[in-house]
Amino acid sequence: MKRLLPVLPALWLAAFVLLPVILTLKISLSTPATAQPPYLPVLDWSAGIEGWGSFLEALDFTNFETLASDALYRDAALSSVTLAAIATTILALIGTPIALAMARAPERWQPRLVALLIVPFWTSFLIRIYAWIAILKPEGLLSAGLMKLGLIARPLEILNSQGAVLIGLTYAYLPFMVLPLYAVLTKLDPRLPEAAADLGAGPTRVFWTVTLPLARPGLTAGALLCFVPMVGEFIIPDLLGGSDTLMLGRVLWSEFFSNRDWPLASAVAILVLVLVVGPLILFREDEAPEREARR
Amino acid sequence: MASTHAPGPAGLLTCAGLGKRFGAHAAVTDLDLTLQPGEFVCLLGPSGCGKSTLLRLIAGFETPSTGTIRLGGADITADPPHRRPVNMMFQSYALFPHLSVAANLAYGLSGLGRAARQARVDELLRLVRLDGFGPRRPDTLSGGQRQRVALARALARAPQVLLLDEPLGALDRALREETQGELRALQRRLGTSFIVVTHDPAEALALADRIGVMEGGRLVQIGDGASLYERPANRFVAGLLGDVNLIPGRVRDRDPGGLTRLDTALGPLRARGAAAGEGVIALRPERIALSRAPSGDGTDLPGQVVETTYLGDRVRLRVRLADGTVWRVSAPADAEAPAVGETVHLSYPPERAWLMPAAG
Repeated sequence: MKRLLPVLPALWLAAFVLLPVILTLKISLSTPATAQPPYLPVLDWSAGIEGWGSFLEALDFTNFETLASDALYRDAALSSVTLAAIATTILALIGTPIALAMARAPERWQPRLVALLIVPFWTSFLIRIYAWIAILKPEGLLSAGLMKLGLIARPLEILNSQGAVLIGLTYAYLPFMVLPLYAVLTKLDPRLPEAAADLGAGPTRVFWTVTLPLARPGLTAGALLCFVPMVGEFIIPDLLGGSDTLMLGRVLWSEFFSNRDWPLASAVAILVLVLVVGPLILFREDEAPEREARR
Repeated sequence: MASTHAPGPAGLLTCAGLGKRFGAHAAVTDLDLTLQPGEFVCLLGPSGCGKSTLLRLIAGFETPSTGTIRLGGADITADPPHRRPVNMMFQSYALFPHLSVAANLAYGLSGLGRAARQARVDELLRLVRLDGFGPRRPDTLSGGQRQRVALARALARAPQVLLLDEPLGALDRALREETQGELRALQRRLGTSFIVVTHDPAEALALADRIGVMEGGRLVQIGDGASLYERPANRFVAGLLGDVNLIPGRVRDRDPGGLTRLDTALGPLRARGAAAGEGVIALRPERIALSRAPSGDGTDLPGQVVETTYLGDRVRLRVRLADGTVWRVSAPADAEAPAVGETVHLSYPPERAWLMPAAG
């Protein structure tokens, strides 16, 4: 049993990550067909080696060529990555002061503050995003409030724009940025900022030269936890973004459900995977030399 | 010799009526302390006595509830830590783990130009004998090396007062004794005023010009090691600095020699010092003379040896006296020590016994 234990995660990953990726990759190399399943080729197990041969011959990269040549997919990819990057940056800017305030709050308050951050998650994600429609629509809370205050004359046309998507992304992913940062900041030795202040550094310099560099693992983890799922996000751009917002999640959805083009949808899925694995590898290599130096 | 009651007209650092409360808990109460330029003061006391809080008040990490702190004539009570010309060496060193040794030392030197900063860092590395360690990360250093980096970093800005919180606490015993000497020599050479917090009486005696003993948030006595050892203010101070026999009694009168006479369970005894009503005589074990035969003048106290411990240079004995109390006696090892069960006669020079008030 004990010897099996380290194997279990590997089995889990193989069954629920590696295998689906291989299947998706296979479908992305297929051709759409009006059939069941809706793609060709289908492996003929009874034909043995020959069956494998003809199966592999029928696979090609047509779908990826489509992705590369059709501006729609390029724009969707670019827009997904851009929106996710902007939202991640906003989250870092908002999340860091929140996490700092939480970590510096009196200890008996901290569990309550963490709970406050998580409580919204007890409501369905879909309902919370729908609620944002009510807030952002022209006759919604935001416009009505601002007009009452006399700050704007006409209702805002923010719903169905990229701005609304950014608001939705920032709102929905805030805990994923704050919690890893908070976890790192609570473990930060309070004497380190004190020592910096003792050596003549004002609060701003203490933050930039001591607190932030030491909180970097939390910031990196938070950024990845937000950026990676945001690139493939579907619900938020679909509900808040209107028809103008092109994101890979929506493209994938429409290829799969509207066009019933499973192979192309699979190719988009592979593209999303590549886009999010990129930064993961980048950050790993960024952290590696530091770990070397520590030894 | 620095005197207990007249710390000089204008000290470098003066704490007056300093107090700090955390909720209902009074960490420091009504504390007066004056530090002279170039002086080495140790704050001695058990954990929770308020000595670290006092250090943090002086550094500016805590705001006092009452009282003022003046440095070189200026009131710094309300100044934030980064504006105070004092520096602190932290107990756990608090070296910045993400910066090299050189960058740690240079952190406080941001006001200097690049070349001047580099020169100062090199000077500091030489000062603590860490030449060539500049590019290393703190976590690649040994405990003793980290301690020296912390000391050098705290000295980088040439503070008027250096605060050291248990600076040798994390070192092993042999290294600690060696480092005590170095720290003392360094302080003499730089002429910087040091305030060291420690819970180790031997360390305080080895390092300090003056020792301030703290108990329950109060500074109960401050003076040089000898005056604290010979003339402790109360039982706590007497016990903190070494073995002591405490003999309670009632003050009767003064003898012609200026010594105070007390009635005790052992009969009339004499001691130096003054007290009214109830008093306690503090008598150090090594002040007691021990003989097998009575002296004949009737002042010596007979007792029975209960236990002897050979310590190489000394022999420690426990002797039960007539009233049932047991005294600790420390005798030179060269004399032939009495055996357990033997009857001995104890005497002491009354001017070497110290009378304290019974309360406290």
